[in-house]
Amino acid sequence: MELLTPMETTALLLSLRVAGVAIAFGLPVAVLAAWVLGRYSFPGKTLVDGLVHLPLVLPPVVTGYILLVTMGTKGVVGGWLYQTFGIKLIFTAEGASLAVAVTSFPLMVRAIRLSVEAIDGGLEAAARTLGAGPVDRFFTILLPLMAPGLLSGAIVAFAAAMGEFGAVITFVSNIPGKTQTLPLAIYAATQEPGGDAVAARLAAISFGVALLALMLSEFLANRVRRLIGQV
Amino acid sequence: MLDLHIRQTLGAFTLDIAFTAEERGVTALFGRSGSGKTSVINAIAGLRRPDAGHIRIGDTVFFDSARRIDVPVEKRRIGYVFQDSRLFPHMTVRSNLEYGLRRVPAGERRIAFAPVVELLGLGHLLDRRPRGLSGGEKQRVAFGRALLAQPRLLLMDEPMASLDTARKAEIMPYIERLRDEMNIPIVLVSHALDEVVRLATTMVLIAEGRVRAAGPVGAVMGRLDLSAVTGAQDAGAVLDLIVEHHVPEDGLSVLGFDGGRLTVPRIDRPTGAAVRLHIHARDVIIALQPPSGVSLRNALAATVVEVAEAGPSSADVRLAVGGSFLIARITRAAVRELELAPGRPVVALVKGIAFEPDSSGEPSDRRRRVVDV
Repeated sequence: MELLTPMETTALLLSLRVAGVAIAFGLPVAVLAAWVLGRYSFPGKTLVDGLVHLPLVLPPVVTGYILLVTMGTKGVVGGWLYQTFGIKLIFTAEGASLAVAVTSFPLMVRAIRLSVEAIDGGLEAAARTLGAGPVDRFFTILLPLMAPGLLSGAIVAFAAAMGEFGAVITFVSNIPGKTQTLPLAIYAATQEPGGDAVAARLAAISFGVALLALMLSEFLANRVRRLIGQV
Repeated sequence: MLDLHIRQTLGAFTLDIAFTAEERGVTALFGRSGSGKTSVINAIAGLRRPDAGHIRIGDTVFFDSARRIDVPVEKRRIGYVFQDSRLFPHMTVRSNLEYGLRRVPAGERRIAFAPVVELLGLGHLLDRRPRGLSGGEKQRVAFGRALLAQPRLLLMDEPMASLDTARKAEIMPYIERLRDEMNIPIVLVSHALDEVVRLATTMVLIAEGRVRAAGPVGAVMGRLDLSAVTGAQDAGAVLDLIVEHHVPEDGLSVLGFDGGRLTVPRIDRPTGAAVRLHIHARDVIIALQPPSGVSLRNALAATVVEVAEAGPSSADVRLAVGGSFLIARITRAAVRELELAPGRPVVALVKGIAFEPDSSGEPSDRRRRVVDV
């Protein structure tokens, strides 16, 4: 007997892909946002900070709805993307990635920003006196020292992205094999007569993936901390 | 030559500092905490921008408010040793040392890795992380890291302030070696007079954001009007002497200077070596005639230059001894009875000497010892 049914495998792989793409594109932006918010003060910082955190406090359905309105083929941004590049986000896996990238973004920024703020600014001043410019300092001092926060932020955000429901179903609907991630598949299963067993199995998979991600996050963060000489 | 004039308003505090420093040796910025010393070297490094003024080394202009020049920190190539080391925790000692070096084009590297490691005794530490190092070791790595960035000038901000006495004694000889063996001017910030007396060639006395005095250490320390700034307890002159000869049978060394000779307990320095002594004002006695029948060995012919009040009952007397100066702290009653006034010839009796004897590079526990002579 197979461990997973083809339907379960499809949903799991799709979830991993959707979350993976979301983190891959979201992480650099999150690092940038965390660096700027953690190191610099500028007019309008509170507003930017608020916008970054908005998906954390908004109901995910609202986030999905806003995406639907703006990124749909008739939306301001979505329409332009569709007409100019032929890129369609609505009802696609890429759209699902966008939705979970938006909802998990604040989680990444928060974790990374905490580790940026924990880095002694004096180290950057020292690097300056040794001839390192801003980009040089970012890659040789800040990035390695924020690595533990970056890793755990990325992994927690990945786990959260795998589990996102409201934003995904609102923006890209629930299409098996295309946009039906694990939580959506669970939901669909519970709506079908006799789907309880399938739902339970899918829930167990979700549980395992989430737990694995959290443990991996702890483990890797500890390893990196040792690697950069903090422990 | 470092040529600096900066003005800066820091809240209610205004800084207005001007001085020049030689291409060689250690220029010590001395003053109490909060006098503005660190702001000065932060301005030299470029970490803090003055409101007005200029900072130049030789022909290179780093800052000039009139000409709107402000070279960024990373382009100045001015080494900075911070009080708290600031080693990069995620790198080995070797990577820390190479950080600045790798950012200098190969053709402009005058100071090589191996000699610096040798000079600072870092060979056994190269593969370690900063986390496991002692305070003294961290500072030595910080010296090396700053040196290897090929600086035009080396700034040190209280490099020994966070170290205990033993670690401080361990690190001082290394600074002396930097001073004597590397051809890089050093600007040292310190509030510890013993460090300044031992290490500095030039002294810039800073109080409340202004330069109160600047010049060779002996000349500044020999002034009476500055004892409130240098600290009343430590008031006293600094003499630079040469070892003339040793008297092994008595365990003594004879030191000479243009004002005469001093006999001191044997110093482990070769004949002809330079020795700097800090002679506290409270250890100098004034007599009108050379005394007889006393145990004091060191009597120097002197002339009163200046008399100044030092406290409710005491006075400081500045004495010219050859081309050098001594300060004696005596009672005001004694000043009156001995009729001490400028021009009066007297005899200065030196009863104790604070040793700064070890300039040889070996850590010494004899530092700061006051001996009766």
